[in-house]
Amino acid sequence: MTGLLSPRTARTVRSGPRLRARIAFRLTRPPVSGVLRPRLVVVGAGLALAGFLVFCLGMSVGEVPIGVTEVMRSLVGAGDPATALIVHELRLPRALTGLLVGIAFGMSGALFQTMTLNPLASPDMIGITQGAGAAVVAGVVLGWDAGPSTQSLGLLGALATALLVYALAWKRGTTGYRIVLVGIGVSWVCTSLTDYLMAYGGQFEAQASLGWLVGNLNGRGWGAVGPLATALAVLVPVALLLGRRLRTLQLGDDVAKGLGTPVQPVRLATLLTGVGLIAFGTAAAGPVAFVALAAPQVAQRLARTAWPPPLTAGLTGAVTVLTADLLAREAVPGTELPVGLVTGVLGAPVLLWLLVRANRVGSGG
Amino acid sequence: MSSNPAHHEGPDLRAEGLRLAYDDRVVVDGIDVAIPPGRITAIVGANACGKSTLLRALARLLSPRAGAVHLDGVALRSIPTRELAQRLGILPQSPVAPEGLTVVDLVGRGRSPHQTWWRQWSKSDEQAVHDALRATGMTDLAERPVDELSGGQRQRAWIAMAVAQGTPVLLLDEPTTYLDLAHQIDVLDLVKDLNRHEKRTVVMVLHDLNQACRYADHVIAMKAGAIAAEGAPAEVVTARTVEDVFGLRCQVATDPVSGTPMVIPVSRHHETPDAAAPAAGTPDRPAAPAQLG
Repeated sequence: MTGLLSPRTARTVRSGPRLRARIAFRLTRPPVSGVLRPRLVVVGAGLALAGFLVFCLGMSVGEVPIGVTEVMRSLVGAGDPATALIVHELRLPRALTGLLVGIAFGMSGALFQTMTLNPLASPDMIGITQGAGAAVVAGVVLGWDAGPSTQSLGLLGALATALLVYALAWKRGTTGYRIVLVGIGVSWVCTSLTDYLMAYGGQFEAQASLGWLVGNLNGRGWGAVGPLATALAVLVPVALLLGRRLRTLQLGDDVAKGLGTPVQPVRLATLLTGVGLIAFGTAAAGPVAFVALAAPQVAQRLARTAWPPPLTAGLTGAVTVLTADLLAREAVPGTELPVGLVTGVLGAPVLLWLLVRANRVGSGG
Repeated sequence: MSSNPAHHEGPDLRAEGLRLAYDDRVVVDGIDVAIPPGRITAIVGANACGKSTLLRALARLLSPRAGAVHLDGVALRSIPTRELAQRLGILPQSPVAPEGLTVVDLVGRGRSPHQTWWRQWSKSDEQAVHDALRATGMTDLAERPVDELSGGQRQRAWIAMAVAQGTPVLLLDEPTTYLDLAHQIDVLDLVKDLNRHEKRTVVMVLHDLNQACRYADHVIAMKAGAIAAEGAPAEVVTARTVEDVFGLRCQVATDPVSGTPMVIPVSRHHETPDAAAPAAGTPDRPAAPAQLG
């Protein structure tokens, strides 16, 4: 089990006869059984702990600094009422939004990447995010904000784009490859549309759109948390249930069918779940760059699985967004940068580093 | 479920009036096939004759435009997906495993038709994976990533997955593609073991006629989407049929090792004066030593 903690030697240790990369568990009543991957559990627990710490740390900084332990105390309802007010009313909604958005983006990316067998096929590469962006900008510029809210517009935009990609990629069923190609095309159409709308709209509207388009947690209140939390409560269990089916889909459509997987229904369900996650996340915080693409890949390499593990990817996404938001607020004194700027700047090198390192070790990208 | 007569020694897989097409291109038109239960059937034919298409239809990877495939008297299309996957397994041509997937994980996925989300690793799953790894000689490589194995080992790993699926019928699409000769023989020996020891009905598409003769009990020779000849290797593989099906003049000798028919091509540069020598190349040549069953 020592190999778990020393990634450099894990590969050789794993092929040895003694290390158990998997531990079977089996109950007779109820007849529940499964396979535990110790490494996945350790990585997941580590990420959860790290996530919680950044979550609390994020709430401790601000105009009124509050100690981390004080933050934890007020979370459980103890401590000073004034501090509790700041934490509960001002900082908790923002931190929760960051946490949930990170989970949503990470899991959504994992679903898309597993479904299409392509790490590039994250929702921010195949037009889903751009579709949400175009819809929201259209709302701001064309003055629809009186009617549907930013959230509903983002949601509608994402869903419509996803269905468009799915329909255009359909030819006797869909393949992951075609979804990627069509998605990249649709993504450019949406980006062009957004650019046109920003040029067409007035300066004020363009400025307002830009703040949203870069991905932003500034000033998020409980109004942003509610819909997102509700969506995740439904979509996360669905994503986890789909995981088993996606495992066979990874072996190719024909093998999956031969193993009794209803390929097209599973693919459509995965698409809708992934879109739901990304849409509600985008609606709450805007298209935070790179998280859906990088978090699943980081999680996969940390856990050393042959697929992006959805839950771990979600936790990685949460840690990423919360850390990035902390940096965004603290990097430049007196200014709050949008979180999407930081994830964009940090995400790219992290991904490149992982790819380079993986190639050197020999496990490929 | 099974409505087949009691004297049957295995699953009854047959197709009637089968018409198969991709978009508007009809590949197979109006053929009837009955797969002998408990035996190895090889489907042979020239490139693009529809042999893989037929196999895909037998596995329900392709739904027929007309006609139907029946398993134990029930039309394939009315068998629930999961149940079909418990009764009939298919290994497509050159499948690709995701990078880093270990052999044991791959083989374990063969159990998915037997699993539910709360019962993902039952005792019988573990036993089936264990047995499949042993039967294919992959036990020692179980923890290795599939993409790091040699071509032959990789194919064994995939066959192990199909074996772990535990289906009475096993369909293999060119299981020896891209393997060197030694590994081809190795894989085919393994298939024969599975047939003999575990009584699995095997249908495989093969390129090599001589290997088909050696390993199959029943040969289906296809030409242009139709069945040109069908029967025991000694009946099917004659100089006349080979010329008809493959457009290749040849002599048919007796394989000195297995006693089955062996095709020796005649080419423009290698025409022997005794091309019509006795015992070779005649459709009614004496039966090869019995090697069937």
